Amino acid sequence: MNSSGDAKTKCDVSFTVNGEVKRLRVHPMERLLDVLRNELGLTGTKEGCGEGECGSCSVLLDGLLVNSCLIPVTQADGSNVVTIEGIAAHSLLHPLQKAFLECGGAQCGICTPGMILAAVHLLEKKPEPTQAEIREGLAGNLCRCTGYMQIFEAVTKAAQQRVVR
Amino acid sequence: MANSKEGHIVGTSAPRKEGRDKVTGAARYVDDMVLPGMLYGATVRSTTARGKIKKISFDPRVAWDEFVVVTAKDIPGQNCIALILDDQPCLAAETINHPEEPILLLAHADRHKLRKAVEAVSIEYETLPPVHTLQESEKQSTIIWGADNTFKTFLVEKGDVDSVWKDAAHIVEGEYFTGAQEQLYIENNGVIAAFDPEHGVTVWGSLQCPYYVHKALMALCGLPEDKVRVVQMETGGAFGGKEEYPSMIGGHAALLAMKSARPVKIVYDRMEDMVATTKRHPSRTRHRTAVSKDGKILGGEIEFVIDGGAYATLSSVVLSRGTIHAGGPYYWPSVRIRTRAMATNTPPHGAFRGFGAPQSLFAMERHMDRIAEVVGISPIEIRRRNFLKPGQTTTTQQTIHENIDLDQLLSRALELSDYHAKKKHFAVENKTRARKKGMGIATFLHGAGFTGSGERYLNSLVGVEARADGVVRVLVSSAEFGQGTNTVLCQIAAEALNLPYENVVIAQPDTTVVPNSGPTVASRTAMIVGKLVQSAATGIKHTLAEAGLLSEDYTPEQFRAACREYLAAHGPLKSEVRYEAPPGVYWDDEKYRGEAYAAFAWAVYVAEVTVDLTTYSVTVDDFVALQEIGKVLHPVLAEGQITGGVAQAIGFALYENVVWQDGRMVNNQMTNYIMPTSADLPPIRVFFEQNGNIHGAHGAKGIGELPMDGPAPAIVNAVEDAIGVRFHSIPLLPEDLFHALEEEPPVASSSLPAFTRGAR
Repeated sequence: MNSSGDAKTKCDVSFTVNGEVKRLRVHPMERLLDVLRNELGLTGTKEGCGEGECGSCSVLLDGLLVNSCLIPVTQADGSNVVTIEGIAAHSLLHPLQKAFLECGGAQCGICTPGMILAAVHLLEKKPEPTQAEIREGLAGNLCRCTGYMQIFEAVTKAAQQRVVR
Repeated sequence: MANSKEGHIVGTSAPRKEGRDKVTGAARYVDDMVLPGMLYGATVRSTTARGKIKKISFDPRVAWDEFVVVTAKDIPGQNCIALILDDQPCLAAETINHPEEPILLLAHADRHKLRKAVEAVSIEYETLPPVHTLQESEKQSTIIWGADNTFKTFLVEKGDVDSVWKDAAHIVEGEYFTGAQEQLYIENNGVIAAFDPEHGVTVWGSLQCPYYVHKALMALCGLPEDKVRVVQMETGGAFGGKEEYPSMIGGHAALLAMKSARPVKIVYDRMEDMVATTKRHPSRTRHRTAVSKDGKILGGEIEFVIDGGAYATLSSVVLSRGTIHAGGPYYWPSVRIRTRAMATNTPPHGAFRGFGAPQSLFAMERHMDRIAEVVGISPIEIRRRNFLKPGQTTTTQQTIHENIDLDQLLSRALELSDYHAKKKHFAVENKTRARKKGMGIATFLHGAGFTGSGERYLNSLVGVEARADGVVRVLVSSAEFGQGTNTVLCQIAAEALNLPYENVVIAQPDTTVVPNSGPTVASRTAMIVGKLVQSAATGIKHTLAEAGLLSEDYTPEQFRAACREYLAAHGPLKSEVRYEAPPGVYWDDEKYRGEAYAAFAWAVYVAEVTVDLTTYSVTVDDFVALQEIGKVLHPVLAEGQITGGVAQAIGFALYENVVWQDGRMVNNQMTNYIMPTSADLPPIRVFFEQNGNIHGAHGAKGIGELPMDGPAPAIVNAVEDAIGVRFHSIPLLPEDLFHALEEEPPVASSSLPAFTRGAR
């Protein structure tokens, strides 16, 4: 991959990020992670390992949970991307964000954006997950601080609140 | 929510100060920051473990004039990472002492070109024979550091241990090993440095100890105190891994920035971070213990040796903590503890949560089960008969003044884990199944704060200032990296000033703004820095009262009015407090004797495991963590410290294996270095007892490191309980079980013809 000078190797891509249409001229093999962070300034998406193991770079691509470090930007062309910046409704936190705050689901915070997206994805598929489903649903996202217990608690709490509503 | 009126902020789970930014993705980590004109930096590292640099050549196909190139010759000050012995170079000039040692730095605006350029530098070496194991280092046939490969030794002596052997009913010996462990913070090491002649060097980074970096940069860059500025950015996990290493990467970025006069960012990728930065010290512990007929320890010899890697860095201090914790929470009438930190040609091992104690306590707690077996009593009973009691002395002859009842703590943990009923049940069930279950315990202690005279040398200073709007700001160099520094210190200040939690903020650690409250390590922040914050906050109240502006009972509005008036009349309102050693605390650095720590946290952990004789895997099914930690300042944060520490320690025990080849980690990826995922962990059930502590803020003790100490021995004890095979070494991997069971089939397995060893 060569990013300097040679405009002819770049291509046009357009996709929706957090509800806004973005048109960019980028190298097709640029990682979606880098485009989000460097071109679009969406630095809430984090890089932890660069090889799809840690899940810190998780985003939703057409409703699927993906590691954005493994997605060439050309694959996102025409899709709908949701990052952590698109989870809260303006100043109103998403129930999961609120529950992460209350239950201690975020410590150092570096895995938190990806973890919250994984949890959003989980609750969309399974609004009332069992503990085993929560464990499995988040198993692609590593957290080194919490030992996960308070994250499970947060997801359980958010799910209950959604059910009540 | 905290209600200041009732004075109940401390002890509640106030919202994490920076929590909202963390859950919305707004929190700013160093890699999220870009400065105008910024270059990216990269490191060219050694490919040999030991040798001399013969020649450095640059591939002529690269346009090198586009790059900033820094070698040891460009260092304006001293070529060392100033820490304790200052033996580690920032860039190797002639001699190479470990693989991945930094030799040369490059910077360029284009990261892709930079990566190729690193590969276009080739270095020729005259190789020298390396030392890769503790045994080789101890043999001293090849000397790689100092006169004898030894960074540090300690000797602790209590009583007359030589006289106990003749009266001993049993002499129990054991040898135990622990492996290296990677901190594996999810945010890799990273910094940005900038330089201009007027302001000097500024480094923004992911780090634990701003003033460690500050000190190292002064020496490296040859700059005075006021020309070096260090700013801690939001830090994505540290666990000790960002205690000393940021001085290295920060120094590298500073050198590139000074040479290029441009800001330079260096952020490691995962492979570089794992291969080049510090890990937990591997260790070997030997016990020889004299025990009476009824299971009382009469005395013993403990030898504890750690592998420090190629340079001294923090090994002496890690060794110290490992030494003091080596005897566990037991009464030793006599003991001799000999310890040493040895050099090998691997990247230096460094700080990691627990700091030597998880290593020596693993040995102690495995050995206690061994003693129990030899004496013929239960693991419970052997501990009960030897627990330290108030009034008795530790191995360093520190008298226990705390009102700790380990017997009761143990009883409660057994009850919480349903230990006895489960033991009985498993004994029956294990006879007929291939998935064998077992219970294991560990009882232990962890000293809070710096060892011995350490806090006195640190001489920490903290500040609290009040603004005209009545908002109070805490000024400390203590860093937030997940554990809750920001929140807890604000709670303490709010409580002291009887203000709402929301009215207290904490300054971003920036050496031009905050005083040196010491490093954010050693479980010292809540207890020691917290106590200083409490005093400094109280000082604000006193100043306002003395100025006649504040009555004893006041509202936040009255406080604000008082601040406004004070600032208008007298200028800034700031209160600073410096650490003072508690009276009567005695420590002898020469004899390693006296009050090792102002307070100990005490714990009993119980692990329930399944050993699957088909897959040879061990899973932890339930985990009870009961601890006495003085006062719980923030229940949610405190619980999070314990669950997180237990999870890391389960990794230490069962999963996390650093594979070495010629002194280099070869599984330096998350793909093949395995840490626990959400699917791997048991329910971690956390319980606290709160006896208080006169030396800590509101009676708090340190808790950050404690949970790292107990899980590994509890788990390996449980494995022995399940299958009757003794393991002495961690990590305990399925391969180890396989090999051990091939040689020593479990007693109960004879009734299991389908036992699948033969089928594999």
